[in-house]
Amino acid sequence: MIGNLDYALLQQIWWLIVSVVGSLFVFLLFVQGGQSMLFTLPHDDEEKALMVNSLGRKWKLTFTTLVLFGGALFAAFPKFYATSFGGAYWVWMLILFTFIVQAVAYEYRKKPDNFLGAWAFEFFLFINGTVGVLLIGTAVGTFFTGAAFALNEYNQVTWQTSMRGLEAATNLFNLAFGFFLVFLARTLGGMYLLNNIVHPALNARCRRSVLINFLWTLPFLFFVLISLVTMDGFAVNPETLEVVMEKGKYLHNLLAMPLLLIFLLAGLGLVIYGVVVTSFQGSEKGIWIAGLGTVLTALGIFLTAGYNDTAFYPSYADLQSSLSIYNASSSKYTLTAMTYVALGIPFVLAYVAYVWKLMDNKKLTPEELAEGENAHEMY
Amino acid sequence: MIEQVDLSQVNWARAQFALTAMYHWIFVPLTLGLSFLVAFFESIYVKTGNEEWKRITKFWMTLFGINFAIGVATGIILEFQFGTNWSNYSWMVGDIFGAPLAIEGIFAFFLEATFFALMFFGWDRVSVKLHLFSTWMVAVGSSLSAVWILVANGWMQFPVGMAFNPDTARFEMQNFWEVIFSPVAVSKFSHTTSSGFVLASLFVLGISCWYLLKGRHQLMAKRSIAVASVFGLLAATYVIFTGDEAAYTVAQKQPMKLAAMEGLYVGEMNAGLVAVGIINAAKNPGDEQPAFLFDVKLPGLLSLLANRQFGSFVPGIDDLVYGNEEQGIVSVASRMERGRQAIAYLAAFKEATDNENEVASQMALQQFNVYKDDMGYGHLTSPADAAPPVATTYYAFHIMVILGTLFPLVFLLALYFLHKETLEKQRLFLFVGILCVPLGYIAQQAGWVVSEVGRQPWAIQGLLPVQVANTNLTTGTVQTTFFIFLGLFTLLLIAEIKIMCKQIQLGPEEK
Ligand code: HDD
Ligand code: HEM
Ligand code: HEM
Repeated sequence: MIGNLDYALLQQIWWLIVSVVGSLFVFLLFVQGGQSMLFTLPHDDEEKALMVNSLGRKWKLTFTTLVLFGGALFAAFPKFYATSFGGAYWVWMLILFTFIVQAVAYEYRKKPDNFLGAWAFEFFLFINGTVGVLLIGTAVGTFFTGAAFALNEYNQVTWQTSMRGLEAATNLFNLAFGFFLVFLARTLGGMYLLNNIVHPALNARCRRSVLINFLWTLPFLFFVLISLVTMDGFAVNPETLEVVMEKGKYLHNLLAMPLLLIFLLAGLGLVIYGVVVTSFQGSEKGIWIAGLGTVLTALGIFLTAGYNDTAFYPSYADLQSSLSIYNASSSKYTLTAMTYVALGIPFVLAYVAYVWKLMDNKKLTPEELAEGENAHEMY
Repeated sequence: MIEQVDLSQVNWARAQFALTAMYHWIFVPLTLGLSFLVAFFESIYVKTGNEEWKRITKFWMTLFGINFAIGVATGIILEFQFGTNWSNYSWMVGDIFGAPLAIEGIFAFFLEATFFALMFFGWDRVSVKLHLFSTWMVAVGSSLSAVWILVANGWMQFPVGMAFNPDTARFEMQNFWEVIFSPVAVSKFSHTTSSGFVLASLFVLGISCWYLLKGRHQLMAKRSIAVASVFGLLAATYVIFTGDEAAYTVAQKQPMKLAAMEGLYVGEMNAGLVAVGIINAAKNPGDEQPAFLFDVKLPGLLSLLANRQFGSFVPGIDDLVYGNEEQGIVSVASRMERGRQAIAYLAAFKEATDNENEVASQMALQQFNVYKDDMGYGHLTSPADAAPPVATTYYAFHIMVILGTLFPLVFLLALYFLHKETLEKQRLFLFVGILCVPLGYIAQQAGWVVSEVGRQPWAIQGLLPVQVANTNLTTGTVQTTFFIFLGLFTLLLIAEIKIMCKQIQLGPEEK
């Protein structure tokens, strides 16, 4: 069955899969959002420990989703993997550094004799939650604003600036996208902690932070949305494969694929609804509502970048080097094989959800932290 | 023409890859083995209901967690480094190489990530059985990570299941199963995972020996040693068999690597295996110098190892570089000549295709097909480039083998003393047990040095030399990231070692 799919359809399927993984990653950034509030939200060590331990049971999922995002791009769109990681070298390296230090921080923060001191590991978490997310946002922004690369006839990449990708952070759209992501992650982080921890004082502060951080997302969100529907986009002529600038390209994409417009609007609506029930109706379920909203919004954005004859990784330095899902993908054979493999993803999602539920059935309390069965292992 | 790049930049990129991979490999083998040992301990606890076994489980689990965290930290950079520093490689072979990496993410890392939380924090959240199941899943997940990355690595040592596509000028997958079940991948997987089991068993043995020397936690230490020694003995024996198999595979698929492992310059019938020897550092391929300053050889054994047949011919570095007509070995110089033809015809094919000159493009393609198998050699600058650094490969191999024959004896002795109930009095043996922990790590690193240094100058054996595989970066950039990694990983390693030592010193939770 999969063996008979046509090449273009496989390429679209894989853009969808990569987008779904990316969107789940955006949702899971609630871990980073929570980390970014480590120095401001808790008032004492116990509260901080609650936060760290609550996030510490989920960080690995976010991290692994990022790894999978990289792996899936490598397998399905190797030209993107080669061009972007090799080209925008410094952005990706900095992002990776923040994830490297995150990976040890939870486990080492409270262990005796940890060499750097608890504060250093908390700082690692903070950097990952702020700088890391901001840079990821600016990198994703380049899906729309383009990057400074050129490919030669053998597809070797040369980068046109010595900043190797860091120049993306000088573009207003990319920056706004980055800040939007930072505050969105913080909004979700607050909702997650509220849902996961039983501690009235901390909970009240989480609720307040959700509203404040959400309000902070708004100016960036408006800027991003207005730019997105008005900016020139990178269109691929399906016959000649020539890349041309098209006025209002992304607006055209949304209108041509109304489902994506619905994803985007319904997604944002759900995020707002999640904030409202959290801040004004005393609900703890905000994370699920706003989480679903985040996934839909992100899906709308990723798919807009790749579908409808659009270059998803455009080059403003050399227009014809731009990557679309059709010229950047693996061979038909590999995509077919990988599509069979991808049939396993729902199974993975199912057990992740099941274990998540098992873990969260019982919320984290100060008592568990101090004298629970796992007190010895606590972060 | 594919651009030739600045060699010093390539060498820094190689150094960076070696650095990050070797750091990753400090932690991975312990994860591979300790995850299973913890699962054994917990299974015994569940079976017997004895709380002491639970304490043992939790103690080793704590050490597992400390190691795991930094293993993950050092892993993420490797996943992306193919793109950042070897972007041309990523594009040329991503069609084949990317797939196992993605599969690893989907099936192995998620298994670990998900059940890890339950294993550490789920004791009072789920039933005893389900908890045990999670522990086993983490162990299975860690071995699955090894499967897929070793499939990827095996493929670069012995590229199968693919073909070069002149239209896209890259290699594309033709047969998924051939890639997965390549003999190199299978032999790598069995040798590498079992070597991880050995390392973890040595780790448990060594720490337990320390407790016995100190007279602390005696019951726990002896029980740990009992389980670890059985597991270690089985694994260490298996490592010798799979190591022999690995060497046989190398001889068949990468004869140049084998010649370097043995310091063999001039091929022989009935070749001997070097038992001990000191390499002559001044020796170069093709010159008349002796290869060894001093050596003792076991006659005939190399022929047996390499071809499973006494008296068979084992080619040396000189045969492989300069050719040996009698044995039907083509010289590197003539392969380079053919490779250059292939590259030139490929360029002609591209140009003709761009100009829509159908006839010319077909002609160029026909010619290209004649020479294409040697295309990779067209990038070499001199025939001697085809030989890897001999001394490094040779010493690494011999250190690994010597240690590999030692380890089963250590486990055997531990079991013997346990059985005689004299273990805590064998102070000398307890010291040896502790010493074996660093030796285990040395054997591990040596193994990868053999495997990776021995395949130089190829990123993909015979197809893609390293200098064509890398990213167009400045030397300064790669130097900067190299030193950042060096500093950062060293900092984290110090933290890890200190935390680990402290936890060992504290010992298991007292009731
Ligand atoms: C505790 C660790 C350990 C021990 C005791 C041994 N090995 Fe090993 N060896 C490894 C750990 C290792 C490894 C780190 O796992 C390697 C690196 C790459 C690989 O596939 O496995 C390896 C590679 C490796 C290779 C290179 C494979 C390649 O290039 O593809 C050969 C030929 C051997 N081994 C052979 C042996 C023999 C004959 C041993 C005899 C006793 C032995 N090893 C013991
Ligand atoms: C299975 C996973 C691995 C893959 C796919 C892999 C791949 C690579 C690549 C692409 C390079 C750089 C290009 C080159 O110099 O050839 C390299 C070099 C190297 N790797 Fe690996 N590697 C793997 C595992 C390891 C491990 C675990 C170690 C060590 C513990 C290691 C040790 C080295 C060394 C020492 C070099 C430098 C060799 C040299 O340039 O002289 N590798 N490897
Ligand atoms: C150079 C190639 C390699 C790459 C790209 C790579 C990639 C990674 C990544 C991204 C992680 C973190 C995954 C996560 O939990 O999210 C990781 C961890 C791990 N990798 Fe590697 N790895 C390489 C070499 C190896 C080798 C050769 C093995 C085993 C044979 C291995 C076995 C593991 C295991 C068991 C873990 C679990 C954590 C730990 O190390 O303690 N890796 N690797």
